[in-house]
Amino acid sequence: MSSIEPMTLGQIAQEHDEVETPKREVVFAVEDLAVAYASNVAIREVSLEVYKNAVTAFIGPSGCGKSTFIRCFNRMNDLVPSAKVTGNVLYHGKDLYADEVDPVEVRRRIGMVFQKPNPFPKSIYDNIAFGPRVLGLKDNLSDRVESALQRAALWDEVKDRLKESALGLSGGQQQRLCIARCLAVEPDVILMDEPASALDPISTTRIEDLMHELKREYTIVIVTHNMQQAARVADMTAFFSVDVAPDGGKRTGILVEYDRTSKIFTTPADKRTEDYVTGRFG
Amino acid sequence: MATPELIAGAEPRLRPGSLSGRRRIGEDVVKGVLALCALVSVATTVGIVIALFVPAIEFFREISIVDFLTGTNWSPLFEPASFGVLPLVGGTLLVTAIASLVAMPLGLGAAVYMSEYASPRARGIIKPAFELLAGIPTIVFGYFALTFVTPLLRDIGVPVDIFNTLSAGLVIGVMLLPTVASLSEDAMGAVPRDLRDGAYALGSTKVQVATRIVVPAAVSGIVASFVLAISRAVGETMIVLVAMGQQPNLTFDPKEAAEAMTAFIAATGAGDIPTGSLEYKTIFAVGALLFVMTLVMNVFAIRLVRKYREAYE
Ligand SMILES: Nc1ncnc2c1ncn2[C@@H]1O[C@H](COP(=O)(O)OP(=O)(O)OP(=O)(O)O)[C@@H](O)[C@H]1O
Ligand SMILES: [Mg+2]
Repeated sequence: MSSIEPMTLGQIAQEHDEVETPKREVVFAVEDLAVAYASNVAIREVSLEVYKNAVTAFIGPSGCGKSTFIRCFNRMNDLVPSAKVTGNVLYHGKDLYADEVDPVEVRRRIGMVFQKPNPFPKSIYDNIAFGPRVLGLKDNLSDRVESALQRAALWDEVKDRLKESALGLSGGQQQRLCIARCLAVEPDVILMDEPASALDPISTTRIEDLMHELKREYTIVIVTHNMQQAARVADMTAFFSVDVAPDGGKRTGILVEYDRTSKIFTTPADKRTEDYVTGRFG
Repeated sequence: MATPELIAGAEPRLRPGSLSGRRRIGEDVVKGVLALCALVSVATTVGIVIALFVPAIEFFREISIVDFLTGTNWSPLFEPASFGVLPLVGGTLLVTAIASLVAMPLGLGAAVYMSEYASPRARGIIKPAFELLAGIPTIVFGYFALTFVTPLLRDIGVPVDIFNTLSAGLVIGVMLLPTVASLSEDAMGAVPRDLRDGAYALGSTKVQVATRIVVPAAVSGIVASFVLAISRAVGETMIVLVAMGQQPNLTFDPKEAAEAMTAFIAATGAGDIPTGSLEYKTIFAVGALLFVMTLVMNVFAIRLVRKYREAYE
């Protein structure tokens, strides 16, 4: 296989790059964040801002802490007993990790789609209705379900089989179902951890198209291994890497560079980013 | 990349030619031994069924099966003998119902607690306590019911007889609690993390994740634990013999003494009755009925689970 030409990715990125970048509203401001699992620091010293109605991508080699990092935005790391988060994540100016913040309330505003489609073993309808029911949004439930499925571009494929099990859907349909499930509660932000890595190219394209649609209404953060995908969908891209301690022991994820996607793929400021996006590393 | 054939000096691969090979004797021996193991358990079951049903069928040559199943008076050993089994069935069902009312909700609650809430430390205390509880001989539970629970019930103002269904049922329920809890917890532990994460990510609380995701997905295992608990309550002998009494009594009042089917079998079998006599065959008739009741319940439960489970595979 030939290595990917840097210019190709750059061109892809530039295609949808907005020429003038107006000062965007900040949704998340991360300040000096670190996450440790017991005594192993998975990621440290991360500071960056995530902007409203943009797609922000996190790329980097396996094990550099991308999943760990994205799970800080909706406090999913709380569910891992050994995980400890330090530093600040400000969401519209409020610290998500302040004592009085309820993680359940956080997750109601910040939805998440996982790497492996994880439909509940219930009907398609009940999957989408799950979030609204949990939140007590029982009015016009079927309208809500339909609208979520429409926005996730799944309605036409499932409208005649809403009562059937969601496990009967294809992998790509299941992942769009998970996106629809997330949209049904009208979140403010959607986090996606490698949402297309288990899917075929056609399903992947559909999900990418969907992200372009969805960013008009939502703020999207996505982890991806696929640099073409980052170039295609993301407005902003953060490149993470693994910092190995001088003695060759501890490996910690660090943020190397964060910028407009077109910049990351054409004229990265850091040598490590350039090596990575040109396929010379990882 | 060089394919293996092109590596200089490499040994030639197996040639396509005759594909027949020698029989692998060891393979046959292993298979035979394993089949034998399976056969032993099947044969035992068949043997038990025959040993149970042959005398039972002889019993029904002498006593009408309709009278047996619908009669409300059970006094097989005294003249005039009467073979209405309903008082025994009633005793068994009542004690089983009480035991189930204790073991199922408490066992399920304990399982949800252990699988969704407990810290590793709390689990480290509860699990061994349950294993201890599961290891107590039933005769000990029997006397616990008779000498502790019954007086306790009286102290708190429940006017129970010395022998009564309530204490026996409560204690059987406690005895079965670890079974229900640990089997249900296994079933919940097998529910993939993904599903929990998905529900939490939608803003579910712990209670919502437990009741709307974990329990429905684990329902077949939970029902299996319930069925096992019921079967064991129906078959429980020592506790009912010691604490519930041996007076056939068709009643729904758990404060009274009554006799369970197993208690009749054990007490009568322990007495000296001539082999082949009608009394002797009575034991087998009651045993066969017990067997059929458990079987019907198991089949029914399997149907129920198939219909309602939310399989995650
Ligand atoms: N639950 C956990 N407990 C302990 N260590 C963990 C846990 N989850 C992740 N880690 C460790 O944290 C580090 C970062 O893992 P993470 O999953 O965040 O990487 P990633 O960048 O998402 O990798 P990938 O691209 O392979 O998904 C790894 O060294 C991993 O072993
Ligand atoms: Mg990951």
